[in-house]
Amino acid sequence: MRNMIAENELIAKSVNYRKKILKYIVGAKAGHTGGSLSCVDILNVLYNSVLNVSPDNFTSPDRDRYIQSKGHCVEALYVVLADKGFFPEDDLNTLCQYKSHYIGHPTRKVHGVEQNTGALGHGLPISVGTALAAKMDNKAYRVFTLLGDGELPEGSNWEAALTAAHYKLDNLCAIIDNNKLQITGSNAEVCNTAPIDTKFESFDWAVKHVDGHDIKALNEAFAALPFEKGKPSLIIAHTIKGKGISFMENSVKWHHGVPDKEQYETAIAELDEVMTGAN
Amino acid sequence: MGAVIENTTINGKPNQDIFSATLQELATIDKSIVAVTSDSRGSGKLVKFGADLPEQIVEIGIAEQNLVGVAAGLASAGKKAFAVSPACFLTARALEQIKNDVAYSNNPVRLIGISAGVSYGALGSTHHSLHDFAVLRAINNLIIAAPADNFETREAVKQAVKTNQPLYLRFGKKAMPALTDDENISFEFGKGRVIKEGDDLTIIATGETVYPALQAAEKLEQEQGIKAAVVSMHTIKPFDAELVLRLAEKTGAIITVEEHSIYGGLGEACASLLLANGYHKPFKIMGIPDEYTVTGSQTEIFNHYGLSADGIALAVTKLLVKQ
Repeated sequence: MRNMIAENELIAKSVNYRKKILKYIVGAKAGHTGGSLSCVDILNVLYNSVLNVSPDNFTSPDRDRYIQSKGHCVEALYVVLADKGFFPEDDLNTLCQYKSHYIGHPTRKVHGVEQNTGALGHGLPISVGTALAAKMDNKAYRVFTLLGDGELPEGSNWEAALTAAHYKLDNLCAIIDNNKLQITGSNAEVCNTAPIDTKFESFDWAVKHVDGHDIKALNEAFAALPFEKGKPSLIIAHTIKGKGISFMENSVKWHHGVPDKEQYETAIAELDEVMTGAN
Repeated sequence: MGAVIENTTINGKPNQDIFSATLQELATIDKSIVAVTSDSRGSGKLVKFGADLPEQIVEIGIAEQNLVGVAAGLASAGKKAFAVSPACFLTARALEQIKNDVAYSNNPVRLIGISAGVSYGALGSTHHSLHDFAVLRAINNLIIAAPADNFETREAVKQAVKTNQPLYLRFGKKAMPALTDDENISFEFGKGRVIKEGDDLTIIATGETVYPALQAAEKLEQEQGIKAAVVSMHTIKPFDAELVLRLAEKTGAIITVEEHSIYGGLGEACASLLLANGYHKPFKIMGIPDEYTVTGSQTEIFNHYGLSADGIALAVTKLLVKQ
């Protein structure tokens, strides 16, 4: 059994992760701020209380796999991997810089990253193949993939959803970071994918909704996997783009907006208030 | 060089048959080999494979992007995944998956393009893969090969299992004769095979056009005393630059022949190599011109575009006149 980290510790980690995401995006003068802030609680729970993966077992064929299909929110992944000891956090000072390995989408050049992603609609098919290999080899590892709600119109997701159900991959869990916004505007305006739950259920997936910023609820959802034996599981995590920073929340302009000095200081101050309980 | 098999009686099998038989032979021993198909086990000659090794075949259905993505996931978990699908769809519809999930992520998927080139003949341009060399050549970290005869096919499949690097092999449907009965020949990705020696010109062909190229060379020698060297350039990438430059030096003129668009394939690979090395000698690219192909069998289409023995021989004589 994994050592579960207490929920209050995870909540504190989330605040710190948010501060680091902002710090390194400001340093790089680039990054996907809104989406990194919407998915970071999910990554926090995955890496700190769900995944059997660490720098020590990363080459083990029995490790759990996390594949980030929404590759643009790599900053959230990098700060979590650094926290887990995959690489020194100071390396992130080179984020997006000339010749840095820490590029703006996940790359296997960075220790801890399973697959190169960034082009959308790729994570689920790869995850299906990896989960299928586990079934074929009678291995117990599980495969988790994080999708953005904005990438759902890519047809490859639906092809993979069919295959996952066909092969009864109950060792596969997809999580949708359902922040309801994409670069142009709301999903509803760009390409309405709702209702997501019944679509996946009709594909023979087992689906649960969860508040994607509620550490306890996320923990409980992951603890309930698989939701049904013989079915792949989908967690629709309801999130807020830019979560945690008042002026970024639910604002499309922060999809890949970079805070200026004043905005950065305001954002950090807001996060500090949360930590000190002033909020 | 051994004696060339001259008669037109086809003494071999379709390369696709050899591919599937070889794969099954290897997969029986190596349980990590998995065939991944897109409702294509019939045309991929994998029905027996599926019946005999049901635990080692994964059916995806008609969904090529997913086929390649799933194969990449399988490969990442230690499976020797052979993603088998009609070449036209595999390399066009799933191009981004080949680029990102296979080549960029270095998941060693073996991409198998079946019924390649104009093998589907009368089914028309939707089903022809005349672009695959061109698009795949521009992708880093991918071996691209088109075996010509049954020997090359068998060896390519064996080496595909051993080579832990992403690769693409294309096979056709038609029975292929042996190019040579020389038992000392070898096959290695990236090393072209000289099938026939000659001093007057070199014909560099790939895949199923090597045989008509060889027939053309035989005909030229018998009828006109022209001695053309013939190369089976089974690997398009990495390209055997050393061999091409040596033959360019020795023979002067070069003709390339391929079952592919004249744009972006074997011919342009040769052309850029020769120009970059200062060769300005007679040169011609033979392939499918920039048009949607005529209807017909593979043989009829070859004949129409001059990719027959007669057509290649005629092109050789015209080129030598210019020299």
